[in-house]
Amino acid sequence: MSSYNAFSLFLRMLSATHSFLSSSFMLLFSRQGKLRLQKWYVPLCDKEKKKITRELVQTVLARKPKMCSFLEWRDLKIVYKRYASLYFCCAIEDQDNELITLEIIHRYVELLDKYFGSVCELDIIFNFEKAYFILDEFLLGGEAQETSKKNVLKAIEQADLLQESGGIDEEELEE
Amino acid sequence: MPAVSKGDGMRGLAVFISDIRNCKSKEAEIKRINKELANIRSKFKGDKALDGYSKKKYVCKLLFIFLLGHDIDFGHMEAVNLLSSNKYTEKQIGYLFISVLVNSNSELIRLINNAIKNDLSSRNPTFMCLALHCIANVGSREMAEAFASEIPRILVAGDTMDSVKQSAALCLLRLYKTSPDLVLMGEWTSRVVHLLNDQHMGVVTAAISLITCLSQKNPDEFKTCVSLAVSRLSRIVSSASTDLQDYTYYFVPAPWLSCKLLRLLQCYPPPEDGAVKGRLVECLETILNKAQEPPKSKKVQHSNAKNAILFEAISLIIHYDSEPNLLVRACNQLGQFLQHRETNLRYLALESMCTLASSEFSHEAVKTHIETVINALKTERDVSVRQRAADLLYAMCDRSNAKQIVAEMLSYLETADYSIREEMVLKVAILAEKYAVDYSWYVDTILNLIRIAGDYVSEEVWYRVIQIVINRDDVQGYAAKTVFEALQAPACHENMVKVGGYILGEFGNLIAGDPRSSPLVQFNLLHSKFHLCSVPTRALLLSAYIKFINLFPETKATIQEVLRCDSQIRNSDVELQQRAVEYLKLSSIASTDVLATVLEEMPPFPERESSILAKLKKKKGPGAVSVTELEDSKREGGELNGGGDRGQDTATMAASNASTPSPSADLLGIRSTAPLGAAPASAGSLLVDVFSEAGPTAPSAAVNDDGFLRFVCKNNGVLFENQLLQIGIKSEYRQNLGRMYLFYGNKTSVQFASFTTTVSCPGELQSQLNVQTKPVEPLVEGGAQIQQVLNIECLTDFSDAPLLNIKFRYGGALQNLTLKLPVTINKFFQPTEMTSHDFFQRWKQLSQPQQEAQKIFKANNSMDTEVLKAKLLGLGTALLDNVDPNPENYVCAGVIQTKSQQVGCLLRLEPNAQAQVQHTDSPERVSHNYSSIPNFLHYLSPYSVNI
Repeated sequence: MSSYNAFSLFLRMLSATHSFLSSSFMLLFSRQGKLRLQKWYVPLCDKEKKKITRELVQTVLARKPKMCSFLEWRDLKIVYKRYASLYFCCAIEDQDNELITLEIIHRYVELLDKYFGSVCELDIIFNFEKAYFILDEFLLGGEAQETSKKNVLKAIEQADLLQESGGIDEEELEE
Repeated sequence: MPAVSKGDGMRGLAVFISDIRNCKSKEAEIKRINKELANIRSKFKGDKALDGYSKKKYVCKLLFIFLLGHDIDFGHMEAVNLLSSNKYTEKQIGYLFISVLVNSNSELIRLINNAIKNDLSSRNPTFMCLALHCIANVGSREMAEAFASEIPRILVAGDTMDSVKQSAALCLLRLYKTSPDLVLMGEWTSRVVHLLNDQHMGVVTAAISLITCLSQKNPDEFKTCVSLAVSRLSRIVSSASTDLQDYTYYFVPAPWLSCKLLRLLQCYPPPEDGAVKGRLVECLETILNKAQEPPKSKKVQHSNAKNAILFEAISLIIHYDSEPNLLVRACNQLGQFLQHRETNLRYLALESMCTLASSEFSHEAVKTHIETVINALKTERDVSVRQRAADLLYAMCDRSNAKQIVAEMLSYLETADYSIREEMVLKVAILAEKYAVDYSWYVDTILNLIRIAGDYVSEEVWYRVIQIVINRDDVQGYAAKTVFEALQAPACHENMVKVGGYILGEFGNLIAGDPRSSPLVQFNLLHSKFHLCSVPTRALLLSAYIKFINLFPETKATIQEVLRCDSQIRNSDVELQQRAVEYLKLSSIASTDVLATVLEEMPPFPERESSILAKLKKKKGPGAVSVTELEDSKREGGELNGGGDRGQDTATMAASNASTPSPSADLLGIRSTAPLGAAPASAGSLLVDVFSEAGPTAPSAAVNDDGFLRFVCKNNGVLFENQLLQIGIKSEYRQNLGRMYLFYGNKTSVQFASFTTTVSCPGELQSQLNVQTKPVEPLVEGGAQIQQVLNIECLTDFSDAPLLNIKFRYGGALQNLTLKLPVTINKFFQPTEMTSHDFFQRWKQLSQPQQEAQKIFKANNSMDTEVLKAKLLGLGTALLDNVDPNPENYVCAGVIQTKSQQVGCLLRLEPNAQAQVQHTDSPERVSHNYSSIPNFLHYLSPYSVNI
């Protein structure tokens, strides 16, 4: 599928299905423009994902502090917020609620913070898989699944308990 | 290394990530990654079976590499293996890999679906959740096929854990979005709706997203959700801030759920049940009241959550649009936000007020904020906020404040950001037109637009001003005076020159009485801009000049001088050259009367919706509008007989057409400039309202008949085109005589040698049609065009077409080509007007079988009235209005002129829209036995309807 087709398909999908208070995708990137986490709730090809990411990172990084946290971008609304060195950025649809999306971002930051204990960018780099697991517990298919901080963390901690205490693998020393 | 290593940190992974971070250059990073990929590949391929932990670690590394932006083309199988591991973390990583790197390999999908199936039936809630997350993340059709029927069962089963229900609800929603046909709620509907009553707030929060989406598609089946949603909302809104424990967010009870409930209610009209409605209105009032209470926390999260609910409530109030009291309260609340220190709130208030402005109940209330909004437009530092302010001004504009708003927008335009200028220009143009009380204000506004932001004034805008000036004679003098003054500026925008050239050419006489704007002064002013302009504008100016010769005979000598000079008459641009030559000739040979007829004032344009509006809509939302616009321009294109050919609007053609008040008659106007100036790409937006434009410039006619059929209803165009040669046609018919100009264009840079053309009338055509021509020059230089004139005389009725044979040598090879010349019997039609009575009387008289022909054929395209009319006119007959009692039918009459006889023809076309069939019931009734008519109908059917 050519990227053009993919994108027009994407736009069609967005306009065809009115999702509610849901995101189309979520991106986390650093001030240097490095992508730290990407979650796509609409099917897109890799090329298109990269293109969107590049454009959006540029657009958001170019904005000055104090500017409004919302902007129109293509057919979507972008809601973003900066936390220390990281930008959290959600794409939502025209009908969706910007402010509650801003608080979706905040709640996710709180979850990360609680789980890692004052989270920093490095935590997300080195434990990226955890960042994804937490996100899946909180948002599923772009919709809020569980908004209680306690319940999300309980689910994650239960999962952590399920894992056996991993012994040191000899191989690891060489790599 | 970071201190944090939660759970079982994979040390190898952490080391690898550190290595990558330590890489000093992109090259070093790639090198390190390639090394790692080679290592992983060898591990996966190695003889030694890998344990689960290693597999997990390597899969995780691959995932990391992929997320860095590199391609990963292996490891899928290992990830799939992890899915069936008993160890949770291994399974979890496997699922994560699959979710991120979906692979359409069908074998893999089968394995993945198997693993998911096992986990779903495992009764282990954590495993079930993992599987459901994976389905929700991938959401492919294959997964929908495999699980769409299973998941509703899990969702409503009594023994399902809450967390699984939550995942199941959203998983189902995702599948419904990708494959709605596969998700059948049927028997589950009422149990799903009742999830709104669930004890667990998390379950309600998840389920409501699903219910909202389903309600949108099947509102009737889900309408019981309204009362449940209202009571749920009411409970939340009236609860104390601590009641909901962990679902309270910064002292706001369940903000996400509240927003979702309010959104669900927006899928329905106001509740009919009085009690339910009362309860809901109470909720909405409470929400509005709470906005006035002092905040319970200074944190922005508190106010954001609270205001998120407030904005959603206002959306619902606007959606109902039936409670004036609530609408006005909403408006007042938003008015407060307009001056809030939080940029976000000002932005949202402006945005939300836009929709309030369109409600009759709150429109006036919105208008009271005009000063604040104007101030926002002037002072907001963020362009996206200013954009919202401009939108709101546009929305709140009406007759009472239009002048103020337009003035503010105009002054804002001078400093507006480039990104929004075009849209602003469109908005100003629309408001100025919509609320113009006196059209002089309108003209001033548009000219100001061009002055301030000429680059952003699209064609639609300046076409529109011309259209309006032409249609309203009360403003023509003012327009002429104003453009004349505007053109005095030493530097004026080219769009100003276009408008000026057009308007002075049409209405310059209205100001010529004043010696300061005498004809010569006007001409010199226009001509002083000539050399600075692009080709399309120059072409337009040349047309203005010839109009000047007609309006002001005293300018004739000066203008002829200008036309005669080398830079015009030998201009390298073919369009300019042709215009100069033709106008010069026209001005010297045509009598004053002819000139006056040819250059008659433009007839009024038919009133249509402004294309500017269409353009704005298109800018706002792609899709819908662009299609209609395209159709519009398509209809405009390729219509009416004479209109077709680009730029070949000779004076003679103009003369034959000038009496028809159709858009295509404005040959000397800008119609012909537009296709030249604008690349084909912009053709869709060209001249949408104002002028007809040539259809696509003749796609090369590979099949010769193709080119032939296109000319049944028109006289000009490109008959044939290939890589070497282009043959254009212009023709005109009067009585039983015709003259056809053939233009042979050499498209190559190489000379054509031995170029000969022969026209022949095969068979009996010889005795029916008399075609005379002179031989052409045997050499056609590269890039050159030669012309051949055919004189045609119709002796009696005929059915075949004359053949044109062309032979030439190109690079040594002999080219031989035979084409049918588009000379058809209908070319000799003389339109005849008659009354309904006459028509049907004659119709009835023509009842013998040989006097009648009938044909039913399928319309190849939509049966657009305008298109059909254009086609029928193109046929050469008169289109008779108010003749047929059925207004759907088309009735035409004409006389075919041949040397031996004149044959009256009546035609009736009965479109059948349902069947897309054109039913030409007794379409041709001829007063004599007329053998060629059925044949001619044959032309009509496949082509004339095929627009």
